[in-house]
Amino acid sequence: MSYQTDRHMSDRKPGHLEAMETGIAGFDQIAMGGLPKGRTTLVAGTAGSGKTVIALEFLANGVTKFDEPGVIVTFEETPLDLIRNVESFGWDLQQMLDDGKLAIVNATPEPGEAVIESGSYDLSALVARIEHAIREIGARRVILDAVGALFPQFSDSSVVRNELRRIHNGLRGMGVTTLITLERTDEEGGVGRFGVEEFVADNVVILRNRLDNEKRRRTIEILKFRGAPHQKGEYPFTIDVDDGVTVIPLSAIELKQKSSDIRVSSGVAELDRMCGGGMYRDSIILVSGATGTGKTLTVTEYIKAAIRSGERALLFGSEESREQIMRNASNWGADFEQAEKDGILRIVCRYPEVMSLEDHLIQMKRDIRDFRPARVAVDSMSAFERVSSGKSFREFVIGLTSHIKHLETTGLFTNTTSMLMGGESITETHISTITDTIILLRYVELQGVMRRGLTVLKMRGTWHEKDIREYVIDNHGMHIQEPFKGVHGILTGVPTYSYAQERRRLDDMFEDESRS
Amino acid sequence: MIYKLRLYVTGRTHNSLRAIENLKRVCEEDLRGRYEIEVIDVLEHPKLAENERIMATPTLVKKLPVPVRKIIGDLSDREKVLFGLDLSPFDLAGGNPSEANGGA
Repeated sequence: MSYQTDRHMSDRKPGHLEAMETGIAGFDQIAMGGLPKGRTTLVAGTAGSGKTVIALEFLANGVTKFDEPGVIVTFEETPLDLIRNVESFGWDLQQMLDDGKLAIVNATPEPGEAVIESGSYDLSALVARIEHAIREIGARRVILDAVGALFPQFSDSSVVRNELRRIHNGLRGMGVTTLITLERTDEEGGVGRFGVEEFVADNVVILRNRLDNEKRRRTIEILKFRGAPHQKGEYPFTIDVDDGVTVIPLSAIELKQKSSDIRVSSGVAELDRMCGGGMYRDSIILVSGATGTGKTLTVTEYIKAAIRSGERALLFGSEESREQIMRNASNWGADFEQAEKDGILRIVCRYPEVMSLEDHLIQMKRDIRDFRPARVAVDSMSAFERVSSGKSFREFVIGLTSHIKHLETTGLFTNTTSMLMGGESITETHISTITDTIILLRYVELQGVMRRGLTVLKMRGTWHEKDIREYVIDNHGMHIQEPFKGVHGILTGVPTYSYAQERRRLDDMFEDESRS
Repeated sequence: MIYKLRLYVTGRTHNSLRAIENLKRVCEEDLRGRYEIEVIDVLEHPKLAENERIMATPTLVKKLPVPVRKIIGDLSDREKVLFGLDLSPFDLAGGNPSEANGGA
């Protein structure tokens, strides 16, 4: 019983149930602490939605992270299959069994043998076995995996339902925290089959595995936790062998990042001046412009500045190969190859198409964790948008942004706009509220000549120059020059200039030429 | 041929007592002198139940002769019990299923 631990209720209000940490990354955040302690939670999902993995991770974490023994009651997969299937996640169930930290109750049907029924029966033997297993190892966590598989084993499903109800009540009496997994036939509609949800209706978690733009997208939703707070709605999650289940908590991400007033250089001195002395160290910068405006150059300057000041930089390329990135950089006088050899730079090139955005996010977080850079750049961020729906793209950006900020790292993302002359792309509206600084690069057509204009559209928490400045690109890099004076409408792509301005321009024409 | 039978029950519930009674009757009628019955209470021996993967009680396990077979329920359906023990009337041409009535 958990009376003595009730005192440890920290952030939960009185009357709320205590939570049991699952140790599943992100899940405890959306569950506001974990599963309702001492209760049963139903996890329902279609085939392949990840029910068993989540249940087993809950159990394995109990043993390895919280020293809480667990019992698996398996109705579908044999114990041997279970042990083998999760070996790749690094969960050594066999070792836990040997250590007396885990017990498995094998409730799978015996192959090839039809059980003969003669007269009335109940499932007391199963109940006795479960209770015995719990007592024997002092289990705190129990999972009943794929209870649906119990029904075909017996001709009378009402008996099975009654007995499951009894098991459910019995487990509650023993004070263990239980996860029951149940197969659904459909992604929408009722919770599950066989009426199991009728008696474990207090706490229900739904897993979904939908096709989204030809990619599988897994989501988890806490439908309800009776008497316990939790985040509403669906959250994406991933399953991979390194980290097991990772829920991406998005809106639940705490906006607690410390904000730093330390500034770092963008690599372009004049741009630093326009930003009031450089970029904030823990800020996210978005560089947005049409193709050819110099986004990749901005990234290169930013990486160069990191290398110059001895900071580690991590560059994610999503459109160009390593060789292209290296060659571009060397054209602008940056030796990325040497920097990588020196261990101060890492370039990771992954085309967006190779995996889902959720998996990209996990991989990128892992790269960041492994390399521990002071600066991260993604060139380009908008490339990821074309392989996803708007929703998962937004979640991806939020997830990456919050991770970067949390580590007090500077992030620079590029965004390719579809319109050549200004305008705004979907990506900008998606990302702009999340980023701290937005730098716009625009083509400006003046008197039939294509010129380039740069402006700092927004910069959180500081003064910045509001002018639109002309810049040129040569093989030394980017050179920011004077503001476009008297020209309006550059950002909308339809620049107009006043007559007076035109006259002065004509007056200055020859001077212009001599200035080179 | 000796029939080795094991009956799993739960304490002294109605089902348990009925199953013991029904089993004894069938054995006396059809297997007199060539059967052994072992009654096991799953509440006292959950480990045995685990090893033999017993789910329901009562469960009758025919351990010998092979094949091993399980019959669940209070064994009130005599035909099914006989079928499960490979003693169904079709196999028992020379048997006398309806002769004795007293038993045990």
